[in-house]
Amino acid sequence: MAFCGLFWAGQATADPLKVAFVYISPIGDAGWTYQHELGRKAIEREFGDKIETKYIENVAEGPDSERVIRKLASSGYDLIFGTSFGYMNPMLKVAKRFPKVVFEHATGYKTAKNMGNFSPRFYQGRYLSGVAAASKSKKNVIGYLAAFPIPEVIRGINAFTLGAQSINPKIKVKVVWTNSWFDPGKEAEAASSLIAQGADVVTHHTDSVAAVKTANDKGVYAIGYHSNMFKHGEKAQIGAVIHKWDKFYAKKIRQVLDGTWKSSSAWEGINEGMVDFVVTSNLDEKIASKIKDLRSDIVSGNFHPFTGPIHNQKGSKVIGAGEQLDDKDLLSMDYFVKGVEGKVGK
Amino acid sequence: MFLSYRIEKKSYTPTFWDNILLPGCALLAMLVISGIMLVLLGYPVFEVLFTFFISPLTNLYDFSEVVMKASILVVIALGLAVGFRANVWNIGAEGQFVMGGIAGSLVALYFYEQEGFYILPLMMLSGAIGGALWAMIPAFLKNRFNTNEILTSLMLVYIAEQLLNYLTYGPLKDPDGLNFPQTVYFSESAIYPYLLEGTRLSITPVITLLLVPLVYLLITKSHLGFQLRVSGYSAAAAKYAGFSAKKMVWISFILCGAFAGFAGISEVSANISQLIPDISPGYGFTAIIVAFLGRLHPVGIIFAGFFMALIYIGAESAQISLGLPVSIGNVFQGLVLFCLLASEFMLRYQIKRR
Amino acid sequence: MELFIVILYATIQACIPLLLAGLGELVCEKSGVLNLGIEGMMLMGAVTAFVVAVESDSLFLGFVMAIFAGTLMSACFAFLTLVLRANQVASGLALSIFGVGLSAFIGLEYVGKPLQGLENFFISYLSEIPLIGRVLFQHDIIVYLSFGLFFAVHRFLYHSRLGLVVRATGENHDAAHMMGYSVIKIRVLAVLFGGMMAGLAGAYLTLVYTPLWSENMTAGRGWIALALVVFAAWRPFRLLVGALLFGFVSITQLFLQSNQGFLSAVPTELFTSLPYLTTIVVLVVISVAQRRKNLSVPSNLGQVFEPR
Repeated sequence: MAFCGLFWAGQATADPLKVAFVYISPIGDAGWTYQHELGRKAIEREFGDKIETKYIENVAEGPDSERVIRKLASSGYDLIFGTSFGYMNPMLKVAKRFPKVVFEHATGYKTAKNMGNFSPRFYQGRYLSGVAAASKSKKNVIGYLAAFPIPEVIRGINAFTLGAQSINPKIKVKVVWTNSWFDPGKEAEAASSLIAQGADVVTHHTDSVAAVKTANDKGVYAIGYHSNMFKHGEKAQIGAVIHKWDKFYAKKIRQVLDGTWKSSSAWEGINEGMVDFVVTSNLDEKIASKIKDLRSDIVSGNFHPFTGPIHNQKGSKVIGAGEQLDDKDLLSMDYFVKGVEGKVGK
Repeated sequence: MFLSYRIEKKSYTPTFWDNILLPGCALLAMLVISGIMLVLLGYPVFEVLFTFFISPLTNLYDFSEVVMKASILVVIALGLAVGFRANVWNIGAEGQFVMGGIAGSLVALYFYEQEGFYILPLMMLSGAIGGALWAMIPAFLKNRFNTNEILTSLMLVYIAEQLLNYLTYGPLKDPDGLNFPQTVYFSESAIYPYLLEGTRLSITPVITLLLVPLVYLLITKSHLGFQLRVSGYSAAAAKYAGFSAKKMVWISFILCGAFAGFAGISEVSANISQLIPDISPGYGFTAIIVAFLGRLHPVGIIFAGFFMALIYIGAESAQISLGLPVSIGNVFQGLVLFCLLASEFMLRYQIKRR
Repeated sequence: MELFIVILYATIQACIPLLLAGLGELVCEKSGVLNLGIEGMMLMGAVTAFVVAVESDSLFLGFVMAIFAGTLMSACFAFLTLVLRANQVASGLALSIFGVGLSAFIGLEYVGKPLQGLENFFISYLSEIPLIGRVLFQHDIIVYLSFGLFFAVHRFLYHSRLGLVVRATGENHDAAHMMGYSVIKIRVLAVLFGGMMAGLAGAYLTLVYTPLWSENMTAGRGWIALALVVFAAWRPFRLLVGALLFGFVSITQLFLQSNQGFLSAVPTELFTSLPYLTTIVVLVVISVAQRRKNLSVPSNLGQVFEPR
C-alpha cells in the first residue's frame, strides 16, 4: 500500500509540461512548417512523458490567430511557440492576459515579460550557399526570388551575394519579388523569368519547392531553402540552407521545467544548430571542402559573413576592410550590397 | 418522368412561419448532408457536430467571439438585404469593407498618439464614408451607363485589396516596423473599448443591435422602403408609380457601402488595431450568404449571422480539439446556402402532374 | 530577342488556365447563365487531378477525373439554378465557397507532395521553325488542346445550328422557348460544359504548370477568368486576346523588376489590379455601345427562366 501511495505521489509531481505549437501552414513534406514539426517530434522523443505536445496547423495570421493562441493558453498549455511573424501582436495581447504562460515567438521583434522571441541567423547559411552557387555559375548571373523586402530576406540576399563574390567578384544576383510567401505558380513564373534572364543558378526565399523544381526542369542549378529539397530537384539542387529547431525547443523546455526561463531575444546560427547548409553530390568536392572549412570558421567565430569591405548597390562604402557589421546594423538592414540587381522596396 | 410533371409558380407571399420553417429545414438538411459526409470520411459525426455547433456556446469567451463575428456579418448583411430587396445586386461588400477599414485607419493614423473622445466616432464616420464612396462607383456606372453592377462591384473588391496591399507595404508602413507590412499599432483612443473583462467584446454588437430596428423600420414602414420593394418586385410597376429606379440604385449602394465600411473599420480597430494586408477572411462574401439565409429580413439576418459566426468559431474549435482542417467551415457554409436555395423552391413553386 | 521569345513562351503557358476556364464560362454565359462558382470548380478540378495522379501514377486519369469533378460541381449549380430556379448569384457564390473549403479538405494530406508533371511535347518540324517554333510549338499537349478547344468553341458558337440556339437562349429565353427549344436543357448543357472546362483548367495548374497541391492554389484565377469573359464582351477571340494580354502583363512584370527601367517605379499592385480595372472600363464601353446597337451581350444573363 505504501508503495502504491508513493507511486501516486510520483505521478502527481510528474505532471507533464504542456507545450503547444502554432503553425502558419499545413505541415506538408518540406518547408518552414515542416521543419518546425520535425523539431516538435524531436523534443517529444527527447522528453518522453515529461512533456505533452500539440500542434495546430494552418492558423491564419491576424485577429483569428489571437483566439487560437488564447484558447491554448486558457486550456492549460504552459509553453506556446508561435512560428510566424504575423502572430506577434496577437501573441503579445494574449501574453499580457496570461502572465503564467510562457510564449515564444519566431521572427518578430517584440517581447514581453513572459514572451521571448527567436530567429535564425540565416545569413550564415546563405553566405555558404552563395559560395556554392558561384562555383556552379558559368554566366555569372544568379537568380534569387524572394517574397517580401523585410530585413531578414534582404540580409539573406546580401550574405548570399557576398559569399558568391568571395570566389567570383563578377557575380551578379538578380532579385525578383513574388509578393507572397506561398504561391507556387508565381514562384515558378519568377524562377523561369530569372533563368530566361541568364541565371544558371537560382535560389529562393519563399515557402514552396517550385523554384527548385523549375530549375530542375530547365536544367540549371538550384539552392534549396528550409528543407533539403533534393527529391524535388535531383539534378538541380547543389545544396540547401536549412533550419532546425530541436535544440532550441529542447533548451526552452528545459528552462521552463527548471524554472530558469527568462524572456529573451534569441538569434541563433550554425553554432547553436538552428541553421545549416547541407551540400549534395551535385557540388564539386573541392568547393564542398572549402565550404566545410568556412563553416567551421563561422562556428568558431573566426569568420563573420558581413566582414568589410562592403559597398552598397550604388557603390558607396558601408564599412571598410576588416570591419564587421554588428547585430544592430544587421537587424535593420534595408539596402542591397553591390552586385545585387533589383530594388529593395517594391 | 420529369416531363410528365410541370413546375408552376405559386403566388408568393411567405408567411411568418414560412420564414422560420424554411431556414430551419435548410439547416436540418445541411446537418444531415454534412453528417453523411463526415461518416464517409471516417470522422466521429456527433463529436464533430457538437464541437462545431454546441461547444462554442458553452463558455463565455467563445460566445463573445461568436457575437463579435456575428455582429460584423450582420451589419454587412443588413445593408445587402436592402439592396437585394430592390433587386440591386451589390456583391462587392468585401471591397467596401476593405475601403472602410482603410478610410477609418487613416483617421486613426492622423490622430496617432493623441487623445480625444472624438477620434473613435470620426473613425467610424470615415469608415462608413469610405465604404459608401467605393460603393458609389458601381452605382454611378449602373445609373449612367447601365453597366452590370454584379460584375463591376465584384471587380472593385480586388482593386480595393490591391490598394490595401500597396498602402501597407508602402506609404502607411510603420517606420519602426523593420519594413514589415503593417502600420503602427493604433493608440488607445483609436481602439474600440472592451465591454467585458476577459473577452474581446467591444461596442460593435451594440451598434449592430441599434441598426437592426432602424433597417426594419426603413424597409417595412417607410415610404422609401415601399419604393425599394416595389422596384425590386417589378421595374415596370415602379416606373408606373413614378418611383425613380436610379434613386433606388443610389440608395441601395450607398447604404450597403456605408454599413460594410463601418464593419471594416470596426474589425480593424477592435480586433486588429493596425492596418495589415489581410483584414478580412471574406466577411463581405459570407455576408451575402447571411442575407439570404436570413431571408432578407433584419431579424432573420441576426439569427443567420449568428449561425455563420458559429460555424467560423466552431471550425476553429474542431481544429484545436479534433484536428479537423478549418476549411470544413467553408464546406458547411456553402452547404447551408445550397440547402436554403433548394428549399426555397418548395415555397415558390408547386409541381403538378400534366 | 531571346528574352522576348521567353516572355512570349511563358505568356502562353500562363494564359492557359484562364483561357480554358474563360471559354467554359463564356459558353455558359452565352446561354444566359451567370456562374460565379468558377474558382470553386477550378479548385475542385485541381485537387482531384493531383490526388488521382499521385495515387494512380497516371496523369491522364488525373485529367479525366478533374474534368469529372468540375462537371459534378457544375451539375449541383445547374440543379439549383435551372431545375429549382434558385438565384444564380447566390448559388454561384455558394459553389465557390463550398469548393474552396472542400478542396482544401480533400487535399490536406497532399500539400507539398512531389509529382512529376506533364512533359513538353515538341511538334516535329514546326518546333524547329525559328522564333515561332520556339514560342508556339514546344509546349505540353494541353496547350495545343486548349487552342483546339478555342477554335472548336468559336466554330460551335458562330458556325453551328446548336450554337445559334445557345446564343438565342441567352438573348431571349422566351423567344427560344416559343420556337420549341428546351431552354432548361440547353442551359444545363452549357453549365456542365463550363464545369468541365473549369475542372480542366484546375488540372492544368496542378499537373502541368506547377505540379504541386496547396490550399487555394488557383489564387483568384477563377475570378480573373470571369473578368476576362466580360472583358472579351462575350466573344471567344477577344477572350483569347484578353487571356494572352493578362498572361503577358503578369509575366513581364517579373522581368521588369530586376531591370532598372522607368516602369519598375510603378507599384506592382497596379499591375495586379490591371485586369480588374480594364474589365470595368470595358464593361462601361460595352454598355455605352449597347445603347446604340445590339452587341453580343446576352441580354437574359442571370435571369431565371419561367416558362409561361
